[in-house]
Amino acid sequence: MSAVIENHHDDHHHGPDKGLMRWVLTTNHKDIGTLYLWFSFAMFLVGGCMALVIRAELFQPGLQLVVPEFFNQMTTMHGLIMVFGAVMPAFVGLANWLVPMMIGAPDMALPRMNNYSFWILPFAFGMLLSTLFMEGGAPNFGWTFYAPLSTEYAPPSVTFFIFAVHLMGISSIMGSINVVVTILNLRAPGMRLMDMPLFVWTWLITAYLLIAVMPVLAGVVTMMLMDIHFGTAFFNAGGGGDPVLFQHVFWFFGHPEVYIMILPAFGVVSAIIPTFARKKLFGYDSMVYATASIAFLSFIVWAHHMFTVGMPIAGELYFMYATMLIAVPTGVKVFNWVATMWQGSMTFETPMLFAIAFVILFTIGGLSGLMLAIVPADFQYHDTYFVVAHFHYVLVPGSIFSIMAAAYYWLPKWTGNMYDETLGKTHFWLSFVGVNVTFFPQHFIGLAGMPRRYPDYALQFADWNMVSSVGAFIFGFSQLLFLFIVIKCVMGGKKATDEVWDGAEGLEWTIASPAPYHTFSTPPALPERATA
Amino acid sequence: MAADQNIQSKMTLKLLGVVVGMFVFGFALVPLYDIYCQVTGANGKTSGPYIAGAPLEVDKDRWVTVQFLANNNANMPWEFRPTVRTMKVQPGQAYSTVFFASNPSRQTMMAQAIPSVAPFHAAEYFHKTECFCFEQQELARGERIEMPLKFIIDPHLPASVETLTLSYTLFDITQVAASAATEIPVS
Amino acid sequence: MTGTEKRDQGRSGYLIGLKWLIAAIAVGSSWSVLADWSALNMTQGVTEISREVYDLHMLIFGICVLIGVIVFGIMIWSMLVHRKSLGHEPATFSHSTKLEYAWTIIPIFILIGMAVPATSTLRDMYDSSNADIDIEVRGYQWKWQYTYLNDDPAQEVKFMSSLLTPPDEFYNRAPKREHYLSDVDNPLVIPINKRVRFLITSNDVIHSWWVPDFAVKKDAIPGFVHESWAVVEEPGIYRGKCTELCGKDHGFMPIVVKAVEQDEYENWLAMKQQEAKDVYETVGKTWSMAELMETGETVYAQHCQTCHQANGQGIPPAFPSLVGQGMAIGDLDAHVDIVVNGKAGSAMQAFAAQLNPAEIAAVVTYERNAWGNDVGDLVQPREVNALIVAKE
Repeated sequence: MSAVIENHHDDHHHGPDKGLMRWVLTTNHKDIGTLYLWFSFAMFLVGGCMALVIRAELFQPGLQLVVPEFFNQMTTMHGLIMVFGAVMPAFVGLANWLVPMMIGAPDMALPRMNNYSFWILPFAFGMLLSTLFMEGGAPNFGWTFYAPLSTEYAPPSVTFFIFAVHLMGISSIMGSINVVVTILNLRAPGMRLMDMPLFVWTWLITAYLLIAVMPVLAGVVTMMLMDIHFGTAFFNAGGGGDPVLFQHVFWFFGHPEVYIMILPAFGVVSAIIPTFARKKLFGYDSMVYATASIAFLSFIVWAHHMFTVGMPIAGELYFMYATMLIAVPTGVKVFNWVATMWQGSMTFETPMLFAIAFVILFTIGGLSGLMLAIVPADFQYHDTYFVVAHFHYVLVPGSIFSIMAAAYYWLPKWTGNMYDETLGKTHFWLSFVGVNVTFFPQHFIGLAGMPRRYPDYALQFADWNMVSSVGAFIFGFSQLLFLFIVIKCVMGGKKATDEVWDGAEGLEWTIASPAPYHTFSTPPALPERATA
Repeated sequence: MAADQNIQSKMTLKLLGVVVGMFVFGFALVPLYDIYCQVTGANGKTSGPYIAGAPLEVDKDRWVTVQFLANNNANMPWEFRPTVRTMKVQPGQAYSTVFFASNPSRQTMMAQAIPSVAPFHAAEYFHKTECFCFEQQELARGERIEMPLKFIIDPHLPASVETLTLSYTLFDITQVAASAATEIPVS
Repeated sequence: MTGTEKRDQGRSGYLIGLKWLIAAIAVGSSWSVLADWSALNMTQGVTEISREVYDLHMLIFGICVLIGVIVFGIMIWSMLVHRKSLGHEPATFSHSTKLEYAWTIIPIFILIGMAVPATSTLRDMYDSSNADIDIEVRGYQWKWQYTYLNDDPAQEVKFMSSLLTPPDEFYNRAPKREHYLSDVDNPLVIPINKRVRFLITSNDVIHSWWVPDFAVKKDAIPGFVHESWAVVEEPGIYRGKCTELCGKDHGFMPIVVKAVEQDEYENWLAMKQQEAKDVYETVGKTWSMAELMETGETVYAQHCQTCHQANGQGIPPAFPSLVGQGMAIGDLDAHVDIVVNGKAGSAMQAFAAQLNPAEIAAVVTYERNAWGNDVGDLVQPREVNALIVAKE
């Protein structure tokens, strides 16, 4: 406890600077974490508005609000912003706040780089969003930007898109290097890798994935740039290239990217469920191994996004079997969470509600993913709303619910105040209902034959599209309630105790609430290790 | 602390090395993909000029239908067609045929014909000893040419393949050829 | 709290749990009765392959639902019973190697159970034996072109198939009729019970040709040909869609396939072949100078003579002379171009809309070789055609 008192003491002398420059120049992991989280929330709202434009247009058959050209820009920008602007920065923000506190480190290992990696983002997304006002409009070729639609047939703004992607990539790479160096070097003395909280483990693995695949993304957009401006022909069949090559390289990045957006969520949920079940996480070791297996498998399954592109049968079979294998470690994780809940003593505060909803709805997304792995069936599912339903189930009630769970769970530690539990639960139920009303019917729309990225549709899809749109608006507007809850919590409220939750374990709960500006300036003494 | 700093900078540098390595790997996927296509016949790509090793034995009992397709890609004004549309051939035997092209546009144009074979897994058994697709075609306005194709079907062609489609798509590469001084790889 | 109270609370917890489960099952089953599954599920289709795919889909769907019911059932039970509010004390176990092995190995067997039928269906789909009919399917921004391959170029049937729904309907100025966005001007016609092979490719960007009732979905990639096939068993009209984002009108290039009895197909094909032959006679074949001159003279008299006069001298300056000067003795391509596209800001119209390629070729050839122009060159109708097509 002496460390805590010391930290309080430090706080008076080394508090944050005042004013705007505090945020511009800060190298403090908590400040940067806060910046990342607010930035990602802003992008979540921007991307969400685009989603609502899409859903409003699809509310009824016919073109009511936007023209198809603009609709394509909306789907593209929605995808890019949600993936690179909302989900990824939110997890980096959580890593910034939590990794040093969880491993007993005073800060991230490379604080200056940490500052740069955040401040690149507003420029990257400013550039990306500015394309909306350019001649020819924003990128309109989908977030997967398949050549040649994104090269020979792209609007002129594609060059800005490429530079924006480069900037996002640099930011992510710097952020991940920071995470790896921090975790491997700054753990409190005596903390072995297998003692780390699962959130730290999942982030360590995620960071390696990012370091491995973000440069490949940079490579693929560089090839596009060269094709567009320097007369090369990587993806132009006429010059000896191949448009299918684009898809291979893109998905070599893209599939690990999918796990980059879900592995830290596994970590969050693995922290929350034990707390509210008042029971240790079941099968910690197998959770770590399962995460590592998923990460490894993510590198060898990429072409399951391309079954209809026409591969030799051996290729189709290989990618089908490899993809199906992912169900095994993912299943292990789900079973471990269920076993953690089993025979616990559960309470259902907002973070727990989000975490349980995560387990159930992510599992639904996982099961539809398993269905998509089956090649002959995939020929019918591919590029329909069934796929849209699948990946939104793993991303919205998956990644985003876990981020919200994390926000509620750690907000009292960050702000020193309890959030409003009634409003939190209201937010949860609105989101839960909204998400399911939005995305569950999309399974049916897809199976019945509606392709994705369609601005307008045949009459038989009308009913469920209307339901889906209603759900989207419920979900979208209930996020304003989340914003209100967070602001209310930052402004004041019932004071939180240091431990906050009575079942919580981990170093972050040993420090004061709110967490002092500098923590663990001297490494903490670890609690006696329980003999397993 | 100094030692710690040292370890950290070393690790940072190593990770940056991995980043550079993966960036290069992204580009290395291009030739790797070509090899993958050669081995598996993915995308129905045929390989370059065939150089016969041991002479292929002619399979006198087997006839395979070869279909020729010729198409123009977008904005390509040339007239382009096979002079013969299907051939019944025997595996192992050398055959030749001719494609016709003319440039009715107002300027000299460069074109590249891209071959593709369906079904894919037949691609590796379709050997071209001479093909206009091995080089770019330059035609002055109004010029007409007959372009030769000489080929042998490998006797190892899987028995299930009875019809083999060879498609050529003609791309306008006038711009590309003008802007890239370097030789463009030709499949 | 005494031990008895705790036990009682535990028991009432189980009871509440049971009630909830029963209620959930009741709601679930009544809903499934109400719902019209055919509109919500994958089509069974009309080919052997599509039915295989449907069965496979239902199998894996069933397995997934079963897994879901078991896992979620355990979770929900646990949530209802293992609550602090019911006084449930937390257990202390945190690992079990046996369980970990069990839930690693059992799923592997379930997966094998799925992989076996999937593999056999896929092998059936990849069967590449001889087809009765070969059709090239070519994606354009934003329509499809179908070509019935034929050894005789004169008999090759080739046509564009594009959306029939008028813009008034999608801009809500007219009521939306049945088959809104799912109807085309020229459907693909195929006979039933014949093996039809589709050679799928693209003219520009990547498209994807999907007909759910055949379980055929293949990407159309510029420069590459992919094959797929179907044996349709029932006559009918089957509708499909483009499923790869291909630009602005991606959602507006439907596919319609009409499967008909063999004799109906033959009649249709004969009619189409006659049309093709007519076109070939004018555009496809190689014309002689004499034929071109003869047709050219007629066309000139009908369309050009009013302005340029019978002797080609025109009425300068509005209608320039064609004799011994200008376009008619100059560059052939420029000459064709002005007849095809007209000349902006003058009375010269774009004749591509009024004349067929043969007529244009003939009249251009005529102008170059009449009235003592004697340039001596000629242009073939198919070259004019290629120019017009490239422009489109």
